[in-house]
Amino acid sequence: MSTEEKVVPLAKPEYKEQYENFIGGQWVAPSSNEYFENISPVDGEVLSRIPRSNEADVDAAVRAASKAFESFKHTSVVERSTMLNKVADAIEANLEALAIAETLDNGKAIRETMAADVPLVVDHFRYFASVIRAESGTVSDLDANTISQEVHEPYGVVAQIIPWNFPLLMAAWKLAPALAAGNCIVMKPASATPMSILLLMETIQDVLPAGTVNIINGSGGKIGKHLSTHPDVKKVGFTGETTTGQLIMQYATENIIPSTLELGGKSPNIFMPSIMDADDEFFDKAIEGLVLFAFNSGEVCTCPSRALIHEDIYEPFMKRVLERIEAINLGDPLNPTCMMGAQASTSQKEKILEYIKIGKEEGAECLIGGEAYDSETHPNGNYIKPTIFKGHNKMRIFQEEIFGPVLSVTTFKTEEEALEIANDTIYGLGAGVWSRDAHQLHKFSRGIEAGRVWVNCYHMYPSHASFGGYKKSGIGRETHMMMLNSYRHTKNILTSYSKDALGFF
Amino acid sequence: MSTQRLAVTNEASEIIQRLKDENGELVFNLSGGCCDGTAPMCYSKDDFYVPSRNVKLGQICDCDFYMDSQQFEYFKHSHITVDVKKQTAFGNSFSLEIDLGYQFLTISRIFTDEEYKNLEEI
Repeated sequence: MSTEEKVVPLAKPEYKEQYENFIGGQWVAPSSNEYFENISPVDGEVLSRIPRSNEADVDAAVRAASKAFESFKHTSVVERSTMLNKVADAIEANLEALAIAETLDNGKAIRETMAADVPLVVDHFRYFASVIRAESGTVSDLDANTISQEVHEPYGVVAQIIPWNFPLLMAAWKLAPALAAGNCIVMKPASATPMSILLLMETIQDVLPAGTVNIINGSGGKIGKHLSTHPDVKKVGFTGETTTGQLIMQYATENIIPSTLELGGKSPNIFMPSIMDADDEFFDKAIEGLVLFAFNSGEVCTCPSRALIHEDIYEPFMKRVLERIEAINLGDPLNPTCMMGAQASTSQKEKILEYIKIGKEEGAECLIGGEAYDSETHPNGNYIKPTIFKGHNKMRIFQEEIFGPVLSVTTFKTEEEALEIANDTIYGLGAGVWSRDAHQLHKFSRGIEAGRVWVNCYHMYPSHASFGGYKKSGIGRETHMMMLNSYRHTKNILTSYSKDALGFF
Repeated sequence: MSTQRLAVTNEASEIIQRLKDENGELVFNLSGGCCDGTAPMCYSKDDFYVPSRNVKLGQICDCDFYMDSQQFEYFKHSHITVDVKKQTAFGNSFSLEIDLGYQFLTISRIFTDEEYKNLEEI
């Protein structure tokens, strides 16, 4: 009999049959009394029912946030910092439950939600809790009698619309700075992945004053415009695709408010010959660095979806890469050994398969994968085999965001060629460069047109490292204290201690 | 006879008609980017300011269909058929069909050399 330890997948919990909106500190039914089914991409089964909100619910949420702001705007930095730390503690105490909910709602592997998603959420609240304690405005003596003060005040009610690829983390990236800056929030989660955020609210609701965070569920097409153009909403934050980003900016013109957008990418991952100077831990790291296109099943705006490999090392490097991909374990996201989970929906899976078809039609060579994966554990889930295509940078699979575990690979001869290919994209969100040569690292890190350049690493999102896009990837920077300035406006207080009139009238 | 760039399935046409009945005239813009990207976004015609440099690929069901001009550079060798999938409340875009429980998607194929020569001028 085998003495091999069998890893047991985590049990799927029972969830409430139905969740409500979270408005003014209460769980409130949608005014339509209509709900939609929230289906898990892990197994195709219904997880719960979620409110189908309409404009009346938006109004109620904005009202609740406005009312809460009347007192929240008077909170001290110490009070808000303490609150955010308590939020972090409450999440940490419920880490596993939230990680499981995230896995079931989105499809990603439990290994990732436990080790990455939820711990990053906890840290994000702690980061903003700390940072605001160390901030100050400014005071200047403009002359002997004139004092100028710059004071930063929160906007008031802000609207935040987040995507389905990292539901909890995207919520944290938006909630933490907005709350830290003193705002009250109306958040609309993606209708695909509403549940984990509602569980998050259950976890932290006792720590937050009623109405500081309000969650309304429903489709953007029905309530997005009403929310973004509401006269009491002073700023909109959005993460998602390009056209909706344009729409949000357009809606922002109605009330002349700012918006920050994080839109998408086709991030290049560049591998220089020196990585193979030794077959050591660093080379192993570089192999993983390329295979990170499979992280989160490729559903990341910064997916390193284009690998640019120097032709001198292409053959031996790819050989090792393909071995690493063969070893990827997928198909049962609740199993702690599972490396790659499900795609978030059937339509996403179909979109990816469509791209695989396009890649083949365009003449790209499929090196591995290239089809759906039949999971024995979850035959009704949405799984795709990690796939690599070899082609050139003008192909659609090199230019369009596939949002799945599909990598497009090409080779280059010179540094100039690599830089040109890297920048030949309408996007500029992420990029990776791998080399043992410091001069190359400098040249590429400064030459690539992207808001995040990873040097000898990838897919790290620590707090205090700013994150955002160049070009069509968006505007604004998250995960860094500079984001606080997107949630505040500046008041200049100009005081004169002179007793004399100006002399005009 | 010039080659058309766009086509639409019967299923998609039905949903488009429903959306027209509810929302009046519609406009489509093929999007890119994170999450719901590379899918046709469908809005009320007056609701979406079509970027002045977007390219009009044609019409489906009498609705104008646009895409970003830079994106078009890589797309121009593809024929696009707009289809629809039943998908319960998926997506974080503002595309109108999502609330009905559907999602528009595109099916592409590369034009043959013959077709490419006969393409309608944009």
